[in-house]
Amino acid sequence: MDELLTILKNNALEKPETIARMLNLSVDAVKARIADYEKQGIIRGYQAILNVDQLDISHVTAVIEVKVTPEREGGFDRIASRISRYPEVQSLYLMSGAYDLLLFVAGKDLKEVAFFVSEKLATLDGVVSTATHFMLKTYKHHGVLMETQDADERLQVSP
Amino acid sequence: MPTNDSKSPRDFIAGHIVDMPRSGIRDFFDIVSTMKDIISLGIGEPDFDTPWHVREYTVFALERGATHYTSNMGLLELRRAISKYVEKAFRASYKPETEILITVGVSEALDLALRATLNPGDEVLYHEPCYVSYRSDVILAHGTPVTVETKRDNQFRLTRAMLEAKATPRTKVLLLNFPNNPTGAILRKEDLVEIAAFARERNLLVITDEIYAELTYDGEHTSIASLPGMKERTIFLHGFSKAWAMTGFRLGYACAPPELTEAMMKVHQYTMLCAPTMSQKAAIEALTKPQTAVVEMTAEYRRRRNYLVKSFEEMGLPCTTPAGAFYAFPYIGHLGIASKDFALKFLDREKVAVVPGTAFGACGEGFVRCAYATSMENIQEAMRRMARFVQSLKKG
Repeated sequence: MDELLTILKNNALEKPETIARMLNLSVDAVKARIADYEKQGIIRGYQAILNVDQLDISHVTAVIEVKVTPEREGGFDRIASRISRYPEVQSLYLMSGAYDLLLFVAGKDLKEVAFFVSEKLATLDGVVSTATHFMLKTYKHHGVLMETQDADERLQVSP
Repeated sequence: MPTNDSKSPRDFIAGHIVDMPRSGIRDFFDIVSTMKDIISLGIGEPDFDTPWHVREYTVFALERGATHYTSNMGLLELRRAISKYVEKAFRASYKPETEILITVGVSEALDLALRATLNPGDEVLYHEPCYVSYRSDVILAHGTPVTVETKRDNQFRLTRAMLEAKATPRTKVLLLNFPNNPTGAILRKEDLVEIAAFARERNLLVITDEIYAELTYDGEHTSIASLPGMKERTIFLHGFSKAWAMTGFRLGYACAPPELTEAMMKVHQYTMLCAPTMSQKAAIEALTKPQTAVVEMTAEYRRRRNYLVKSFEEMGLPCTTPAGAFYAFPYIGHLGIASKDFALKFLDREKVAVVPGTAFGACGEGFVRCAYATSMENIQEAMRRMARFVQSLKKG
């Protein structure tokens, strides 16, 4: 992977000026490459990684396994595309194995998610069955630990 | 019997220890450690924790009972893994049974190599600026250290001509450390070939500390041990502290012809017995699994190095681009301030620790060592403060 993307994946807020120094490039070259990645749709967005558990709000996330009937010609893509349009759906993947689609669905409480599953998801044409699992606690999200790490314990000066 | 009440505890200390100065880095450490909230560019070890798979495997090994002595030479399984790795990475072939000795870090390996080979008064050629312990290690082994100074105006290269100028009939050992701490210099292939020829013609033993080999950013690392006719006169030292971020495991190794390995093993068996068993297990895991973490850490060091070199350039501090290790060695001599004063003032005014170049030899005067084994965030802030500080010195 392009080293520029490695840097941005690690910290999307890294300034083009800093990246330029790290990669021995001009600032303009870095800006142009980022713009190009955005235009191509390789960079799809920039988000903060939150530890929502620390916020004083009611929220719940469910992981839902969905079995669907693939369509002739359309395969899984058409139904997956339909499901992905629901704003409740945070992430959606096609899986190998015992089920077909894996969904991450967010809501403010259990009832809201249950409503989404029973009224919207399960009633879609092509959806054969669903299995819903509620998340209890987040330990790591997008490669980031949710627990604060100890400060640097190295000696301040060493040979 | 006459008594002597005036004897002080100091009188018990051996002469060569009394005369030995404390490491310059220790003096500086004592000052820094009294201060809070500083950004340190003075740390000579990776900021990365040991890769998780290695830590996890070490715990597993402890649970399985890896708590006993190993053979003096070290676990055969580890020596086999090292043999394979050194063959592939350094193109030097060593037999696991008789030519590889596992040690407590390269520090012990170097001590063994010197003690096993030096007779009192034998001269050891070594280059400065260099790691703080070389000179003292030679003295501890009753050898005579002979300094070869490397210079900024030719990128801290070590050349045959420089060695020739200091060689005498008593010269027995040539001690090398490239990539170099603190300059980040590497040996050029053409210099290496000439230095090897010099060692062969003079019948010298070469002790080469290649602890930073994996952290080479421009070009490929070449070991002197891989050159024709060199294996029989070389002790190759390496370990896990830097590239694998395993400093606290204290694990290194020496590779050498059987006679030399046996001689080092004698000293090792009577003084150390063996390297820690759980660390040896950890090293097996580190060497035999995919080197993803090493590759990622190296890439990150390279980015930080680029950032530092560019920053020094903008500040007007001449700095040879370090081709390896994780240190930059910018020149500050033109600012009209000694290295130690620069470091002390910088620490006092801007709360950033750098190490005075003089800690690495007298010819380090005019330089400071900045380690980039710290986060980009710290590096950026340290460079902002350094630019401000240098500016204030220029104004007088």
